[in-house]
Amino acid sequence: MNDLVIRTRALRKSYDGALALRGIDLAVPRGSICGFLGRNGAGKTTTVKLLLNLLRPDAGNIFLFGELVDTEASAVAARRRIGFVSEEKQLYPYMTVGQTIRFIRPFFPGWRRDLEAKYLEVFQLPESKPVPKLSKGMRTQLMLLLALSRGAELLILDEPTDGLDPAVTEEVLQALVGLAAAEGTTIFFSSHHLAEVEQIADRVCLIDRGQLVIEGALDDLKTEYRRILLVFSGEAPAAVASLVGVDHVRTRGRTASLLAHGDIDATLDRARQLRPESVEVHPVTLKELFLDHVKEA
Amino acid sequence: MELRINFSSGVPIYVQLMEQIKHAVETGAVRAGEQLPAIRKVAEDLAMNPNTVVRAYRELERDGILELRHGSGAYVSATRTTAAKTASLERASGILAEALAEVAALGLTEAETRRVFESEFAQGRERGKETRRRT
Repeated sequence: MNDLVIRTRALRKSYDGALALRGIDLAVPRGSICGFLGRNGAGKTTTVKLLLNLLRPDAGNIFLFGELVDTEASAVAARRRIGFVSEEKQLYPYMTVGQTIRFIRPFFPGWRRDLEAKYLEVFQLPESKPVPKLSKGMRTQLMLLLALSRGAELLILDEPTDGLDPAVTEEVLQALVGLAAAEGTTIFFSSHHLAEVEQIADRVCLIDRGQLVIEGALDDLKTEYRRILLVFSGEAPAAVASLVGVDHVRTRGRTASLLAHGDIDATLDRARQLRPESVEVHPVTLKELFLDHVKEA
Repeated sequence: MELRINFSSGVPIYVQLMEQIKHAVETGAVRAGEQLPAIRKVAEDLAMNPNTVVRAYRELERDGILELRHGSGAYVSATRTTAAKTASLERASGILAEALAEVAALGLTEAETRRVFESEFAQGRERGKETRRRT
């Protein structure tokens, strides 16, 4: 299991008695782009802070690059190999773009001048412009440049495209997949934009109320999950709710909509025993998976 | 070869990629021995995950449609494409285009036409089964 860049085991954290994380087991393989999803307050930022050792877990373990992170020294060693862009995107307000880059560069022995030059050009960042005069998109791009150029093996990005226009978003996404393809960098990013997660991620982790509810390869999830629509001659029977292999059920009058995974044919056979008038099977989108897993309760 | 991926469809992205490359090979848009764009190029152009491109290429290699040569990229296999198949596909698209033009003249919407097509297709399969059973 050395090929997991991030692994956590039964990670728990509470603030003032309120449980933020109730035992999270993450596994992010090397070279993957993993989308980290969840509603606001689900525990995403807490998880990211724990990974970066900005917070200490109440219980559970964190392994980064295969090493247990439980001391200040092990956390520092791991942090050297991680590039991080936080949601706040804070920069030094009294510097220009060029000054910021020249200031940050010497902190990182593995700094890649080639990547720095590449992203300066790709993002068309004006070197002489003072940081406070940058647009939100440029500020994000500068933060990304700083994170991408340091030669990190793992990038942790908190909402990297939040508030960016579609053109800048596409540039950022292209930069990320390009980096993953060329350098094999592992990328772990949280996002509310399901469309962009579907576009660039090969894995997703969905957490809800401090628990991991879905984790896996996105294409496998799409293969594994199906929406089954049943139409009955009368009211949909209550028995649909207890069908084996069904994750979630919504009934409305004569129709029942089931989210199922695993052996779909076996589930369909069981559903047919309830004598529906019609049975339809549809593929499931990430949005449906997300909504079905976080909506109820 | 133009690749168009619908990221938010429920169909796995590597499957969409495979289908489109297969189609391009069958229609002759890419020919035997021709090199496909590099994984990194496809990933960057479409802003999609490089591992997904790798998966599609590997599966196509397993199906005998592509050959992956270490270090130099993916090539369309020589054995797969036949001129006959390309000709058949061209003919088929001609027949369907004519039929569609006739159907359009009836004033049906695209969705209605599609439903008729799908149901004819399904009935065709059923009829096929029956004929096989009878013989």
